Amino acid sequence: MTTSSRVWKFGTDVDTDVLAPGAYMKNGIEVIAQHCLEALRPDFAKTVQAGDVLVSGHNFGIGSSREQAAGALVHLGVRAVIAPSFSGLFFRNAFNLGLLLLTCPEAEQINEGELIQLVPAGVQRANGTLLPCQPIPDFLMDMVHAGGLMNVLKQRSQGTRHA
Amino acid sequence: MNHTFSGTPQTLAQKLIARAAGRTQVAVGEVVTCQVDLAMFHDSSGPRRLKPMLEELGADIWAPSKVVLVLDHYVPAQDNDAQRIIQITRDTAREWRLPHVIDSEGICHVVLPERGHLRPGMLCVGGDSHSPTGGAFGSYMFGIGATEMLGVMVTGEIWVQVPRTLRMLWKGKLSTGVCAKDMMLQMIARFGMNGGQYQAVEFAGEAVMALNMQERMTLSNMSAEMGAQAGLIAADDTTCEYLRSVGVGEEALQEAHQWHTDASATCEDASFDATQLSPQVAAPHSPANTRPVGAYGDVPIDVAYIGACTGAKLEDLRAAAQVLRGHHVAQGVRLLVAPASARDQAQAEREGVMQVLREAGAQVLPNSCGACAGYGATFEEGVTVLSSTARNFKGRMGPASVQVYLASPWTVAASALRGRISDVREQL
Repeated sequence: MTTSSRVWKFGTDVDTDVLAPGAYMKNGIEVIAQHCLEALRPDFAKTVQAGDVLVSGHNFGIGSSREQAAGALVHLGVRAVIAPSFSGLFFRNAFNLGLLLLTCPEAEQINEGELIQLVPAGVQRANGTLLPCQPIPDFLMDMVHAGGLMNVLKQRSQGTRHA
Repeated sequence: MNHTFSGTPQTLAQKLIARAAGRTQVAVGEVVTCQVDLAMFHDSSGPRRLKPMLEELGADIWAPSKVVLVLDHYVPAQDNDAQRIIQITRDTAREWRLPHVIDSEGICHVVLPERGHLRPGMLCVGGDSHSPTGGAFGSYMFGIGATEMLGVMVTGEIWVQVPRTLRMLWKGKLSTGVCAKDMMLQMIARFGMNGGQYQAVEFAGEAVMALNMQERMTLSNMSAEMGAQAGLIAADDTTCEYLRSVGVGEEALQEAHQWHTDASATCEDASFDATQLSPQVAAPHSPANTRPVGAYGDVPIDVAYIGACTGAKLEDLRAAAQVLRGHHVAQGVRLLVAPASARDQAQAEREGVMQVLREAGAQVLPNSCGACAGYGATFEEGVTVLSSTARNFKGRMGPASVQVYLASPWTVAASALRGRISDVREQL
């Protein structure tokens, strides 16, 4: 059975500085995560629950290369981010940390607080509509399933050792 | 960096990726594995993140000679946390026996080429989003996060999806007081913050090729703000002359001119006229919020900031000095200058540029990322800043109430004199 995920809706151009504010970059991910998105929604980190998803407008993750922007979402248990487009650099970072990103041209139809399901073809809305998402290459899905590049590298080095 | 190509006409991006992938050609859209020629990281993205992960893997760095470490984000230390990060970085550099460590001598994207580390034909990665700066030297350089950098450290490889090329063709000649920063803000205004769609952007045309290397670096640098993966400029005599001046040998330059887009290669082209370009200013809180300076009316400023890899290189300091010579900033305006590298600052001292800036009332700050990264000292509640840096996101350079406008060093200097956003051309 596919589980439902609750939607947190954001606008366009959500940048890395609001995901991982510079003032907290000296700290570990547990501190950075507590300030994730607070410039847009001060209650986000306190109330988001494991398994929730973010839905956003174009250009999610623009800005810096700091992967803590994706890491903070992973730390808070966010299951996926769904948007019509992502920053290319954020896209790489997210998959490297095991965070699923779904490129969904019609993402902006989804409502705040809606319960959606992630199905192989895309996003199943509460009203039954299916919003298609761009397919993700196998090697990136493997990274999501492994929980990030670090785990892929670990598996690879163990594989070599036992070979 | 010689390489043989065959088959269909290729873009510069395709040629650079093909060489790194050991192929004679690559097709747009395919995913290939590239050998990395150089990996750069700094005190924020580097050892403090990489060391624990490397230890967890029990792995070694694939080629320490291909790694450049730059301390620029947390130096000089503002507090104990910063001091701790700097200490970890220095200790780790010794432990890893890194041969190339540049400590508190300037910002990574500026010191990398000034030490001759970048050459046409290379494929490089950087642990910083402004890594496309390296594209000004005809190398394919892009930014990656710390975990992906770990992958490079362990394997020496990285995957690349061969991008389409968006070519910015600039004809004509820039007016005095109008520069690369204005060109870039204009392009971002037209294409938006993610208009590059992770493509390769290539800058070409007479107005681009007329720029010196540091001005070209400003274009490539802010490709990041267009959402491009790389911001490339084909190598020419200007490139080779610069590389010779920083000690790159003739051998490395012999094949420099082969790194260009073939005449019939497929690009998406956009045309611009440099002759028509006026100084540009981006309003809070996005570089894409750009309008010509004349559209601003009366915007008073509290701080004029000339800093960062984008806007405080030697050429930027020279531009500011040309405007400020013999004048003093308006009452109530703070002019802050953080030269992008120690070498650039030393040269500016020799030329009398630093003296002009000081006499105009500038407070000179260390050669580091400073307020631009938002990591160290940032601006106070409610101030309005006109900055020569690359980003004006809400909350980046201080509290969310800080209003940051972006412009060229020319415009920042001219506005510091009048205490409000001003057209530099009226003062030249």
